[in-house]
Amino acid sequence: MQTETGEPAVGARQAAPVQGPDGRHAPPRPTVEPGRAQAEGAGVVKSRAEDLSFHYGAVQALKGLNIEIREKRVTALIGPSGCGKTTFLRCFNRMHDLTPNTRYEGRIMLYPDDFDLVARGVDPIEVRMRIGMVFQKPNPFPKSIFENVAYGLRVRGMRSRVRLEEEVEKAMRRAAIWDEVKDRLASSGLSLSGGQQQRLCIARALATNPEILLFDEPTSALDPIATARIEELIAELRDQVTVIIVTHNMQQAARVSDYTAFMYLGEIIEFDNTSKLFTNPSRKATEDYITGRYG
Amino acid sequence: MQAGTAQASIEQIRADVSRRMVFDRLFVVVGLLVMFSALLVLAVLFIDLVQKGAPRLNLEFLTQFPSRKPERAGILSAWVGTSLIMVTTAAITMPIGVAAAIYLEEYAPKNWFTAIIEINVTNLAGVPSIIYGLLALGLFVYQFNLGQTILTAGLTLSLLILPIVIVATREALRAVPRPIREAAYALGATRWEVTAHHVLPYSMGGILTGMIIGLSRAIGETAPLITIGALSFIAFLPQSPVTGEFPFLSFAWLKDAFTAMPIQMFNWVSRPDPEFQVNAAAAGAILLGMTLLMNGIAIWLRYRYRKRINW
Repeated sequence: MQTETGEPAVGARQAAPVQGPDGRHAPPRPTVEPGRAQAEGAGVVKSRAEDLSFHYGAVQALKGLNIEIREKRVTALIGPSGCGKTTFLRCFNRMHDLTPNTRYEGRIMLYPDDFDLVARGVDPIEVRMRIGMVFQKPNPFPKSIFENVAYGLRVRGMRSRVRLEEEVEKAMRRAAIWDEVKDRLASSGLSLSGGQQQRLCIARALATNPEILLFDEPTSALDPIATARIEELIAELRDQVTVIIVTHNMQQAARVSDYTAFMYLGEIIEFDNTSKLFTNPSRKATEDYITGRYG
Repeated sequence: MQAGTAQASIEQIRADVSRRMVFDRLFVVVGLLVMFSALLVLAVLFIDLVQKGAPRLNLEFLTQFPSRKPERAGILSAWVGTSLIMVTTAAITMPIGVAAAIYLEEYAPKNWFTAIIEINVTNLAGVPSIIYGLLALGLFVYQFNLGQTILTAGLTLSLLILPIVIVATREALRAVPRPIREAAYALGATRWEVTAHHVLPYSMGGILTGMIIGLSRAIGETAPLITIGALSFIAFLPQSPVTGEFPFLSFAWLKDAFTAMPIQMFNWVSRPDPEFQVNAAAAGAILLGMTLLMNGIAIWLRYRYRKRINW
């Protein structure tokens, strides 16, 4: 890694324009930035996986991954089933720690404080306090709509009813669900439709102001209309939070993301600007996958 | 010949389906038959007890102490004893059983040691109750000097139903879907928070059901109570758990002697006087009624909790 992005923590934050769109000074990483990403600049590095490997018992699921996640950008992970994209995503909030006999190698750095998410001494709870997650199937708690969104705040020790109400409303507005449920905050989260449940889960994650929000195939259980709403929502969130999204749906990756990583058999085959990766992939395997030759 | 199956006429398809459906209908008939014969036995037993005990099934029977005269004998000390033993058993079993289940299900690492514990817990559910009685006689009565008291009876029956409650509670905890736990963990909850705020409340219906099933087993147990020395003739009540002065609750009754419904029944059945057989039948009907009531509460609880939570 070159010096310029080697210290994204301090340097790049104030001096973001340094990484000009010409890409000439940029290090050997995805630098072709047409479209929106170009207009807004490449963004600050929020997180970086360095030689990340992951093992389930004797099975190695991830093999030396390297990737940079840009702040307030959407990074999509695509690839065929079993390629390790969900496994990779779940490393970011240490979800694997709930399964015995799992092991991380390498690092996932979180900036600006150079915090290694998968280091041995780091408590997974601490990681999850900073990184939120939305799951494949909507999984609201069988509690009231209000309590669903308030739960993360309660865990963080917020007791004041007034503040809770404020924060819950704010999160629900950000997740575009407030208008639909504001009159029935006391009813069960399970009484909502699938798409509403998923937006409730997004509100629940947003309420805790995560630094990175992970989406694990968030629309795979939803109908096309609910899917479109979630995609719009992710597009709106782009300005507020760093997003990593796993998706099976390549059109979705193309629609919502700024950067895309194509994974295959536990490796990142290609990582690039989304429009570059979809229009002009540099690897044959990527091209075969996005043109539907397998997957 | 691909066309052979593809061109089967609608009549042929219907004939084929109805031939295969014969087994479905057959099984429904057999199933209903078996179910109704089991229910019928219980119904006959219950009706028989009610009929035989009818002359004594009145309020007096519930409010009188046992007596040498069958027509004056009642089950006051027996049902009060049974109720207090059940309360004691529940109070001891609930925290221990649920805590053990939570540990095994949520906290314990999966290794040979916990595997042995699990196998043993399951096996303990099948140990004959008299064995628990002998254990209690040696341990609680003689070793700990707790005497032949309600406390001893409660502890004994707790030992008896703990395996049942632990197994049922574990199953209830396991029924909480993993995505729900993951959602809570992903918000930064600790294991204890996930358990206390989510897993326990959501599985409460199943836990209470298991608890009541355990208690309905305990309520009819006779052998262990006889072993630890339940009295079969008591003409006084344990001290009242509610007192007139602060703190209004007393636990002195724990150290009182007791009798229980099945003991009273056993006592009456073994008497030669046929009048006592009537009393035994009446007490049996009431005991059966108590058990059915408890099972009814279990079903109601399960229904209530399931209605609120449907994943």
